[in-house]
Amino acid sequence: MPMPAEIDTTSPKYLRDKYAIVGVGETTYTRGSGVTTRALGTWAVRNAIEDAGLKASDVDGMLSYQSGDSTFSTFIAGDLGLRLNFYMDVFGGGSSTEALVGMAIGLMEAGMCKAVVIFRAMNGFSQVRIGGTGARAVAPVSGDALHMRAYGWQSAGQMFAPSFMRHMHDYGTRPEQVAAVKAIHSEHASNNPKAFYKKRFTVDEVLASRMICKPLHLLDCCVETDNGTALLVTSAERARDCRHPRTLIRGVVGRCSKPRTDMHYQHGPISTVAGHYARDILWPNAGVGPEDIDVTGSYDAFTFTTMLQLEDYGFCKKGEGGQYVSDGTIRLGGRRPNNTSGGHLCEGYTHGLNMVIENVRQLRHDADDSCPIGPDGMRQHTYDYREGGCRQVKRCELTANLGWANPGTGSAMVMRRD
Amino acid sequence: MAVQGTYLGMSLDINDLDVENLAYFKHCAAHAFHLQKCTKCGLLRYPPTTACPWCMSGQSDWVPVDARGAVHSYTEVHHAIQPAFKAHTPYLILLVDLDTQKGKPSEHEALRVVGNLVTPDGTLAPPDMVRRVGIGTRVRMVFADVAPGLAIPHWTIDDSAQQPAKPWRYVQE
Repeated sequence: MPMPAEIDTTSPKYLRDKYAIVGVGETTYTRGSGVTTRALGTWAVRNAIEDAGLKASDVDGMLSYQSGDSTFSTFIAGDLGLRLNFYMDVFGGGSSTEALVGMAIGLMEAGMCKAVVIFRAMNGFSQVRIGGTGARAVAPVSGDALHMRAYGWQSAGQMFAPSFMRHMHDYGTRPEQVAAVKAIHSEHASNNPKAFYKKRFTVDEVLASRMICKPLHLLDCCVETDNGTALLVTSAERARDCRHPRTLIRGVVGRCSKPRTDMHYQHGPISTVAGHYARDILWPNAGVGPEDIDVTGSYDAFTFTTMLQLEDYGFCKKGEGGQYVSDGTIRLGGRRPNNTSGGHLCEGYTHGLNMVIENVRQLRHDADDSCPIGPDGMRQHTYDYREGGCRQVKRCELTANLGWANPGTGSAMVMRRD
Repeated sequence: MAVQGTYLGMSLDINDLDVENLAYFKHCAAHAFHLQKCTKCGLLRYPPTTACPWCMSGQSDWVPVDARGAVHSYTEVHHAIQPAFKAHTPYLILLVDLDTQKGKPSEHEALRVVGNLVTPDGTLAPPDMVRRVGIGTRVRMVFADVAPGLAIPHWTIDDSAQQPAKPWRYVQE
């Protein structure tokens, strides 16, 4: 990929292209996995190591994230016979994926280990419901939650909705513009044999689905699924010996936050999200800008989260996100497709990790769609994006993942094809 | 002293260590709204915190605050998560900008106080009342009693205030 002349790629600060994602692993995106999170995590990590063409003894670092709903690194490493030089399981959700890639780079840069696997394993439907129903809805309320859950303000949709509503108020964003995110991601999912929801939806169907909490209809909300997902990160040098074309990490930011992480709504404008701050770290670190990006992975916990982040990371002017997500730009075949796997709205919910996996495959030019596999083991992509067809983006060289915890906190990463 | 109570099917619990919340809700139980005022920089803060978000001072005094303001944003919940809220759908969760300290210490900051829309007696509002409220609606604080030392602050329409001609509401009703 040609680099703009003014960018100093020798800067030791940013570590551009020094590390790579060499393996991705996942389990089936399903409801009712029938197994423990330990089993899901074990399979995902094993699949990531095999995908890289490495052995258990090649991996000596492990990171995971969870919110009291999953197993720990110690069990996965034990199951697979990994001896670790570093491991840590952090608390958190959707802003963790890219942030942990950054931590993995830091660990390797510090000489603490040489290859780090990152996993998220969850029974988000059959055990701890991500939507907050079940055991979480009736848990005792104390501490900070007295100012939230006591008001029936608990689920992610309920917690984020004031940001979404205020965006519509401030900028005139219309429901049908935002609903286009679901319609478009569902088109992408229809070309993804792994997706939990493969059915295509129209904007009208989204708007006709029942109201959950304004402005969110049922189909503005992501799916709850059970799945394990994993990434394997190592140095760009070691990546040369791995199985796939190298996916180089250009830059990472996260968990980057608005002020007042205790209750981010205290600091406005509340229609602005953490990407407003994160973009000033991401793009200089990556040495590229939004206009250079071929594919985005803007977190779609809700249709609105995709829009708000694309806007605040600078893919369009502030306030014009509704136009950006509904004018065809983010559709396969458009200028800059978003969540080509169908994302959290359709493929499955993993707290962000599957969106990074998808972009790694896009950069390998090996999206796992229904196109025929050639003699070289690679799919022969047709670039015909009709239902049941291809979902590989032509000439995909540079991607951006925009992770979301809540309006106040996010993480992001730029990757490129070697 | 620790406080427990049951509110809308939820068990609420403030333990002895949580001195900030004990103080906050004790004032609420007396149907008075108090916030911490930093003794160093003089700014009020919400919700209760250990130190000042603007100057890091650990010293503050609880002071009475005029609990009136305007709705900054909201959501209208049709699919309740907590079981006892299901009987009250649709209910409103309001983020209210207090008049006190609005726009301070910076332009887009405000004491943005959470509450449900309720009737003056503290009961979750009926649908006809819910439909009257949107961004810009003037509201005043009322309290729902839970237990000795614990009441939940909420918002009701301020009938004594000049209301906007048409508060902003989500387009699809």
